Amino acid sequence: MVYLTRKAEFSAAHYYHNPEFSAEENRRLFGKCNNPNGHGHNYTLEVTVKGSIDPRSGFVVDLKQLKGVLQREVLDAMDHHFLNKEVPEFFTRVPTTENLAIAIWQRLAPKLTEAQLHRVRVYETPDLFVDFYGEP
Amino acid sequence: MKAYLTRRYRFSASHRLHCDAMSAAENAMVYGKCNNPYGHGHNYILEVTVSGSVDGATGMVCNLADLDGFVEQEILERFDHQNLNTLPEFQEAVPTTENLCIAAYRILEHGFRHAHLEKVRFEETMMNSFEYAGGAELRR
Ligand SMILES: [Zn+2]
Repeated sequence: MVYLTRKAEFSAAHYYHNPEFSAEENRRLFGKCNNPNGHGHNYTLEVTVKGSIDPRSGFVVDLKQLKGVLQREVLDAMDHHFLNKEVPEFFTRVPTTENLAIAIWQRLAPKLTEAQLHRVRVYETPDLFVDFYGEP
Repeated sequence: MKAYLTRRYRFSASHRLHCDAMSAAENAMVYGKCNNPYGHGHNYILEVTVSGSVDGATGMVCNLADLDGFVEQEILERFDHQNLNTLPEFQEAVPTTENLCIAAYRILEHGFRHAHLEKVRFEETMMNSFEYAGGAELRR
């Protein structure tokens, strides 16, 4: 088994708010992140796939294909967008880094045919990141 | 669904690597420059990884304010700009980064209740880092 990690960057706006909580509860739980006008981050995404090396190509996965899937499934949808308002997963879920990692996993997993998705890591800042391994 | 959240913190501290059970010559040999009796210091980076299921209502493994608050109060306030050798954690143990990992792990394990502690990781310099998961193997 060989693991391959591809990085990508995107910038997006979001805010944290759960309509089931009162305004006061939202402010207490989410603090500054509750500002309804949103704020943004430069996210770094690391996608790790695993598989065995194809004896002819010497690849675990064709990086061109992986880049294409990342571009179409994640970057086109999220880069320079407002996550709460433009990305369907976040119409009902809070766009935390945790939920972003899960949403990206769910977008990528069915599209990756050659190699198996191992880990999605999302950095919200260089000092905060979340890993998701597809665990229930 | 289970996710792993990692937060990086910084603090600066001095230490001296010295073991009373060894002779002066042995200490000098084992610890080299780090045995200098006046001590020296590092800008440490502490990485804390916690895990848990992502809460449906908040979208979080744990509220970052709780983790930051705990680490700030229980680790950074106690370790930042201190001489590690003077802290209770290092009266018996030499303040190597290995032992610093274990000290930070224990503080979190005993006091932090908002998520499961996975591991701590320390960078002593840009060139070396140390990880401790309570004795368990590291997750790949
Ligand atoms: Zn934010």
